[in-house]
Amino acid sequence: MTTVEAGVAGGVGTSPKRPDGGLKVRGEFAFSSDLWADDMLWGATLRSPHPHARIRGIDITAAVALPGVYAVLTHEDVPGAKRYGLEIVDQPVLAMGEVKYQGEPVAVVAADHPETARRAAARIVVDYEVLPAVTEASLGVLLRHVPIRTGDPDATADVVVTGEYQVGMQDQAFLGPESGLAVPAEDGGVDLYIATQWLHVDQKQVADCLGLPAEKVRLTLAGVGGAFGAREDLSMQVHASLLALHTGRPVKMVYGREESFFGHVHRHPATMWYEHGATRDGKLVYVKAKIVLDGGAYASSSTAVAANAATLGIGPYEVPNVVMDASVYYTNNPPCGAMRGFGAVQACFAYESQMDKLASALGLDPVEVRLRNAMTTGSRMPTGQIVEGPAPVADLLIRVRSAPPAPEGSGDLREMPGGVSNTTHGEGVVRGIGYGIGIKNVAFSEGFDDYATARVRLELIGGEPAVLVHTAAAEVGQGLVTVQAQIARTELGVERVTVATADTSVGSAGSSSASRQTYMTGGAVRAACQAVRAALLARVGGARLDGGKVLSDSGAVIADLASVIGDGPIEETVEWRHRPTYPLDPVTGQGNAHVQYAFAAHRATVDVDVELGLVRVVEIVTAQDVGKAVNPLAVEGQIHGGTAQGLGLALMEEIQMVDGIVRNPSFTDYLIPTILDMPPMKVDVLEMADPHSPYGLRGVGEPPTISSTPAVVAAVRAATGKALTRVPVRPEHIVG
Amino acid sequence: MRLNCTVNGEARQADDVWAGESLLYVLRERLGLPGSKNACEQGECGSCTVYMDGTPVCACLVAAGQAEGRDVVTVEGIADGPVQQAFLAAGAVQCGFCTPGLVVAVHDLLARDSAPTDPEIREALAGNLCRCTGYEKILDAVRLAVQR
Ligand code: FES
Ligand code: FES
Repeated sequence: MTTVEAGVAGGVGTSPKRPDGGLKVRGEFAFSSDLWADDMLWGATLRSPHPHARIRGIDITAAVALPGVYAVLTHEDVPGAKRYGLEIVDQPVLAMGEVKYQGEPVAVVAADHPETARRAAARIVVDYEVLPAVTEASLGVLLRHVPIRTGDPDATADVVVTGEYQVGMQDQAFLGPESGLAVPAEDGGVDLYIATQWLHVDQKQVADCLGLPAEKVRLTLAGVGGAFGAREDLSMQVHASLLALHTGRPVKMVYGREESFFGHVHRHPATMWYEHGATRDGKLVYVKAKIVLDGGAYASSSTAVAANAATLGIGPYEVPNVVMDASVYYTNNPPCGAMRGFGAVQACFAYESQMDKLASALGLDPVEVRLRNAMTTGSRMPTGQIVEGPAPVADLLIRVRSAPPAPEGSGDLREMPGGVSNTTHGEGVVRGIGYGIGIKNVAFSEGFDDYATARVRLELIGGEPAVLVHTAAAEVGQGLVTVQAQIARTELGVERVTVATADTSVGSAGSSSASRQTYMTGGAVRAACQAVRAALLARVGGARLDGGKVLSDSGAVIADLASVIGDGPIEETVEWRHRPTYPLDPVTGQGNAHVQYAFAAHRATVDVDVELGLVRVVEIVTAQDVGKAVNPLAVEGQIHGGTAQGLGLALMEEIQMVDGIVRNPSFTDYLIPTILDMPPMKVDVLEMADPHSPYGLRGVGEPPTISSTPAVVAAVRAATGKALTRVPVRPEHIVG
Repeated sequence: MRLNCTVNGEARQADDVWAGESLLYVLRERLGLPGSKNACEQGECGSCTVYMDGTPVCACLVAAGQAEGRDVVTVEGIADGPVQQAFLAAGAVQCGFCTPGLVVAVHDLLARDSAPTDPEIREALAGNLCRCTGYEKILDAVRLAVQR
């Protein structure tokens, strides 16, 4: 490592307070739904009530006639590209002649009050001819098939276990709804203040749809109330911009919670068939698997989701013979795309359930069977890729297994399944323990040109050295603003660091997704700081920086940092890339597709009221290798939060679909874990440096979401003896 | 209609309030106090929690007219003190969208009970959803605020 040993407080490896935290606790932080402009109008969206229909006509007369309405726009008013998309440009800005899912935007309205806008939207008359809806993935049109073949496809084994598993449609359920403010600019462009995960990919899509050059569509990150993948795709960005350009006034759009369920993509539901063959002493001989993902009406990031499911689909195990087919299909269900751990989450539930099944077929302890197959550094993935860097799969498993057992219940009613509902005093309550371990790729894969840009400026402010870090990276809650400042402090030995608001006036940072941003934007900030440092040292022929002084090779003080900067600020902009990845062979699925792998393990302890089917998770123990905990407090926060989302998928979270219609678009009916549902979590953080990443760090955000689901379900299985092949597990699966 | 109420100790007035507006909307969009959040507007998440006549309520469930003549205190009106500082120090703030509602709820809990047990904390905060933290550090924050 080439960091300076300047010993400034708040550098890499410490947990300084979030720079945005003071504003957040006082209620003064401006989220994207808090924006306001003089003379601003409100936008509203009319959405399709049908999962599939032809549009014979749209009559906006009654909407336009409503006092207070300034614009009613349909696809005809979209001046540029009529469609957008992350990977495949297939999603209409506003429906053109056909709607393909319930909730698809058909028209948008601007009015002087949000209620007026909603009422006007309700007055638009759309003549629909309802068409049959495809709501089963297996009946849909194929969007991508990712095969993986390694070893002998006809391998046989002494012990064979098979299973079919299903994962329901999970929602990211961030708390801050889709929202933003579009302000028309004098140059005919638009300034958009928006909550997103990737400003530049939004900019490109919005500019294309508006028929404007990118420089006329300027995006600034507004406060983001959580993301988890749901802000990778556009929601109201083009709509608000269209309305603003059309009316010449600022337009604010804020989805309500129900609309939010229709406003973003969800986690792909999956049906998965697995066959595991092993020797009598528990060594895996082969895995055959077929994964079918429901992509919904538009592609979103489906192709990458299918690739993850395929390439990570046998888990962190050494398996010589693999036949894997992961496919994603278009249907008339809501579009599915990115959600924390995508592709890997679904597969992990299946392969970990299989490992438990194998353990029971062999009469082995579930952790033991995993240990006998655990991959390690140098292991070969089914894609042929060799796992470089630490792969402490066995270590993680042993750590969660050896943690002290969960405490016995205190007898407090509130700690029973059913809690304060007073459904049991302990009768019918059975405890169970389960394990799970998962694998996730970090950053973008399959040859994608994945980079991040950082601009770093070192200057004197009030006579003191100060650093300004400017990137377009989206702070979505994870603490990236803190981490960027920490890196600058460590690299430049300057305590005073300001992180500028992210916007498109600096180059792309890539997305705040795929657990990549500390790695990528962190890497870019570090590289830009190093460039600044080199320029600084070159000014006076210094060799290094220490304690605010420029030193010579021999350690003699050449100059004060402040005096060197006194000759003028130093600013450097760097585009930084991770090592290249490569496409998968379309037939064999062979290829070095991923740049880094990350691992986490969970042990869950549950109490189940087996008569009522109610589950209370008593404790979670988790261990994760993060390479380097750049900010230990934030790392724990990611692990806690990710674990909670995995627990939610195990026990409660599902968008319930009936014939393409969403039945539960509310927090009344779509349940996410409350503080009563979450148990105490014990987190064991390993720091085994990756030689190729900045500071040795490993992406942190997704792995905890992946293995917590199978661990919780395994614990419920242990308590109930039920097969439980579908998540979320419902009470009727337990008592049925 | 015209709405008169006391907000954060000041007499406030809002004009042209439509009868269907919630107190949350009036606070956020008419009185310049967007600190109370709008995560669900269905009474399910607690992000809009404010005090009304000293009792915490979901501002999204209070019709604007019901606030007439009442005394409302929002997150902006709670002096920056041990609760807020504990949330920061404990790492209980990620995206922060749940934070204002939690700050009000914890402020209320600690006013009623200066040393709540963990089950009591969980019960008191059961109506406040957080999607980012898994609640561990929120519990830490409450325990820390108690110590201070
Ligand atoms: S916004 Fe009021 S409870 Fe959710
Ligand atoms: S910190 Fe994001 S919802 Fe709680």
